[in-house]
Amino acid sequence: MSSKVIKMAAAGCFIVCASPSIAANGKILATAGLSQLEGSGGGGLTPWATLAGYDSQDETAASFFMTDVNVSDYRLSSIGVATSFYDRVELSLAQQTFVLPASLITGLSLSSEQIKQDVVGVKVRLYGDALYSAYPQVSVGLQHKKLDSDFVASYLGAKDDSGTDFYVAATKVHLGAVAGYNLVWNVTTRATKANEMGLLGYGGPDNNDYQVMMEGSVGLLLSPNWVVGMEYRQKPSNLSSVEEDGWKDIFVSYMPNKNVNFTAAYVDLGTVATKKDQKGIYLSMTGYLW
Amino acid sequence: MVNLVKASFLALSVFLVACAAPSKAPQSLYDEIGGAPTIEAITENFINEISFNETIYRYFEKTNITRFREKFIEHLCVNTGGPCTYTGDTMLRVHQGQNINETDFNLTVDLLVNAMEKAGLTYPQQNRVLKELAPMRKEMLYK
Repeated sequence: MSSKVIKMAAAGCFIVCASPSIAANGKILATAGLSQLEGSGGGGLTPWATLAGYDSQDETAASFFMTDVNVSDYRLSSIGVATSFYDRVELSLAQQTFVLPASLITGLSLSSEQIKQDVVGVKVRLYGDALYSAYPQVSVGLQHKKLDSDFVASYLGAKDDSGTDFYVAATKVHLGAVAGYNLVWNVTTRATKANEMGLLGYGGPDNNDYQVMMEGSVGLLLSPNWVVGMEYRQKPSNLSSVEEDGWKDIFVSYMPNKNVNFTAAYVDLGTVATKKDQKGIYLSMTGYLW
Repeated sequence: MVNLVKASFLALSVFLVACAAPSKAPQSLYDEIGGAPTIEAITENFINEISFNETIYRYFEKTNITRFREKFIEHLCVNTGGPCTYTGDTMLRVHQGQNINETDFNLTVDLLVNAMEKAGLTYPQQNRVLKELAPMRKEMLYK
């Protein structure tokens, strides 16, 4: 992760902490949620129906995030920006860097130890307000992803080095639902061809069609500033050469104000590209520019 | 030994009676947070929060504060299950013509949360009050 990311974090912290009044703050604290691995506003693993910023119907918002996932044999970092307009449309951009272990690099005689992927995301809120409407807030979105090199993906049998996921997400906050504490849940249905989120390409010998995957999150607000919860993300298995598992995590988020939030999670990614039991720590921060 | 059995029996009886007693009627949120004095304290704090907030005070410039205080106390009392009658206007009528936007609405929610916090409500109690009031938002926003 290097000093570059740390410097960026420091710079980001400086920007958001030094100018507390510029962030859009038309929403209630915590209702902007977190930043998802692919750049969308969400939980950590799965996009939510909530938009990435604190914009109300009369405001715009912008945020940036950085996430670092460190499991037994791999490391994944993701950085990006998101903007949202009038609590209606969200645009996001993220770059993921997937770092492979030395044993795989020499085994495949790779020239680089990294796989990079760019993700462009669009989300539109169709209905509701997660906090106030009787039914859950519902949004639809897409994530278009492209690998910088298709070497590993095609070596493993993937059909493509880019792909687009489509999803529908429903999110609801239940005030005072659990002994007076607020409960939030999200269910996302995603149509995808991606192997390991696209890092190992799209489609494969076992399947080259879109498949529908279920993702879910549930969280409990212990105070206005602290949330604990868990997530699950189902994944397809298109490549016979590398088995793929669902992803899950248990997270805790700290949201001191509408300018910044921090998340730490314990993730279990199962088997990733032949390496079993990929468990480890997920760290993420989001800074809100306005 | 007989004494021990007697003592145990007595202790058990006391324990069972103690358990049975409080479960006769579920306590209302109104009683749980402290009844009328707490509702009045929340209302006073809320009026105070509003008077120090330039953005929200604009909406109250022409308000008769004495009447607002009285009706707001009744409103909170009724909605938390207290023994009151609400004699004010409907939420729609009260907010109509003000064209309250979402940002200002949410800011006012924050002020109400501050008012409850200062009146000593716990976080779960604050959430439960908000839960009762939340459905009225549609009669207040952009009217």
